Amino acid sequence: MERVPRVLVTEEAQKVIDQLRGEHGELMFHQSGGCCDGSSPMCFRQGEFRIGLSDVLLGEVHGCPFYMSRSQFAYWEHTQLTVDITKGRGASFSLEIPLGIRFLIRSRPFTSEEKKALTPIESVS
Amino acid sequence: MSVTLAGYKKPNTEGSVLQFKKQYENFIGGEWVPPADGEYFDNPSPVDGKIFTRIPRSKKEDIELAVKKAHAVKERWGNTPAAKRSRMLLKIADVLDKNRELLALSETWDNGKPIRESLAADLPLASDHFRYFAGVIRAEEGSMSEIDANTLAMHVKEPIGVVGQIIPWNFPLLMAAWKMAPALAAGNCVILKPAEQTPVTVLLFAELIADILPPGVLNIVNGFGPEAGQALATCPDIGKIAFTGETTTGRLIMQFASENIKPVTLELGGKSPNIFTESVLAKKDSFFDKAVEGFTMFALNQGEVCTCPSRALIQESIYDEFMEKAIERVRKIKLGDPLDPTTMMGAQASEDQFQKILSYFDIGKKEGAKVLFGGEVFENKEYPGGFYVQPTIFEGNNKMRIFQEEIFGPVVSVTTYKDEKELLEIANDSLYGLGAGLWTRDTHQAYQIARKIEAGRVWVNCYHNYPAHAAFGGYKQSGIGRENHKMMLDHYRQTKNILISYDQNPTGLF
Repeated sequence: MERVPRVLVTEEAQKVIDQLRGEHGELMFHQSGGCCDGSSPMCFRQGEFRIGLSDVLLGEVHGCPFYMSRSQFAYWEHTQLTVDITKGRGASFSLEIPLGIRFLIRSRPFTSEEKKALTPIESVS
Repeated sequence: MSVTLAGYKKPNTEGSVLQFKKQYENFIGGEWVPPADGEYFDNPSPVDGKIFTRIPRSKKEDIELAVKKAHAVKERWGNTPAAKRSRMLLKIADVLDKNRELLALSETWDNGKPIRESLAADLPLASDHFRYFAGVIRAEEGSMSEIDANTLAMHVKEPIGVVGQIIPWNFPLLMAAWKMAPALAAGNCVILKPAEQTPVTVLLFAELIADILPPGVLNIVNGFGPEAGQALATCPDIGKIAFTGETTTGRLIMQFASENIKPVTLELGGKSPNIFTESVLAKKDSFFDKAVEGFTMFALNQGEVCTCPSRALIQESIYDEFMEKAIERVRKIKLGDPLDPTTMMGAQASEDQFQKILSYFDIGKKEGAKVLFGGEVFENKEYPGGFYVQPTIFEGNNKMRIFQEEIFGPVVSVTTYKDEKELLEIANDSLYGLGAGLWTRDTHQAYQIARKIEAGRVWVNCYHNYPAHAAFGGYKQSGIGRENHKMMLDHYRQTKNILISYDQNPTGLF
């Protein structure tokens, strides 16, 4: 059975990831929540943001692990996420900000068929 | 006269009260200092999408210079008598009042908020904040306790020294005031990093008050989060870091602080429930009218408020009638030119924020929420390049993502509850706990329900009031610590305990 991915990435976002990887090395994403730039995915150098037992790994986007806190995932797990980009100047420490663009999440609910074949999430140990 | 019937004149046009410089610098050690590597970034206005000035793109070296200047003066500033510090804060407040129109116009142009709001809220609240802390430090005292007849414990409050503050873009000057005023009042030197979307007004503010504070006491370093912000948060010579923003950066800041064992205060947002009980509709009086207005508060500041009442919980028995009135009131929200004093809602603060709100319109609809009002972009004919959305009401259930995430836009998600039990289940079914609103004519309910809501601020029969004398901060993932209120001073101080013996005799132990 082919697994349905929980997180996808657009071509435009892949180009930005490549550019940032060239500049900073291996990268990771952590989905934020809350005020201001909350709900935006944050892109960091791999290992810079300390992942813990409170996080889950949803999958990989263009070679970068994509994490979210477990408590937030409980409210998001019924939706498929797509990492996209938009013009604009976000705040936060996400690496793409100096480029004048911002990673952005687009979402859609999984169908009931898809829900039977979702990629399992991985705990962080 | 800077204001006409048609509104304020645009900055940088002839006759406008406000002419921005082509480029600004950092405010370090009382001087205007260019960034070390000479880089700047363009600053657009969300009102029309056009670039109007350039801001330093500072890095670690600039942060380090500011920290060095602050350290050079911290002892002198910390030992300045409270009366003298207080007088300086009062002078700052006077300057804010005197320049209210100029700074309000700057805030509107940089952030997009309507001038009505920056004149009536941002500026007067900012000046009052300085006055509040100027007053508090004149009246408060340390403590002394007699441990026994010959032993005395003195508790003296001492400033931390040099503190870092990273502020958000929704109320740029007011949030700077919320952080600066208590830190300076407590005797600290400050390194402030404004948000990169809205850096300008606090620089105008620094120009105006530059002569009031001794050089090095207040330092403003601009730049991007991953460069200047991170350099500030990781700096080992900062005694404390305060941040307003979102959860991932909040965690990262705690992680950096843990490396240097430094305290942090964090305000990370919310998903505040605004609760309407059936007694609201018992009479069609002015209180009912006030409650309907309270519902509409989700549109204040285009919804870009950490405590935006973005979930409305309405008792089933009054739902239809209440919503009819509520929609009627939302329909009256005037969108348009942010410089027109009658405009109620202006532009969203930046393009990415605008796009994010649209992405929530999309997921809300896909999840099956019903759009009761709005749900689309607002085409502002005067400013086709600006970032405007319609005030929006969704109807759905609390498990939908539009009920769980802070959209930070003029969007309210409405649902119903049967009784108090269900009210509390829904209200507290959230990762966050910053604010809540409760509307009732029943005083028992007002107290009992307010106590059971997991949030740091519960507005009862009001919403969106922010007096300096009321503590503000979050439960759960909404953060750590408080802002406002004199208790805030303790987030910027150490407690020195001096334990004194007045006994002439040895203890006899050795």
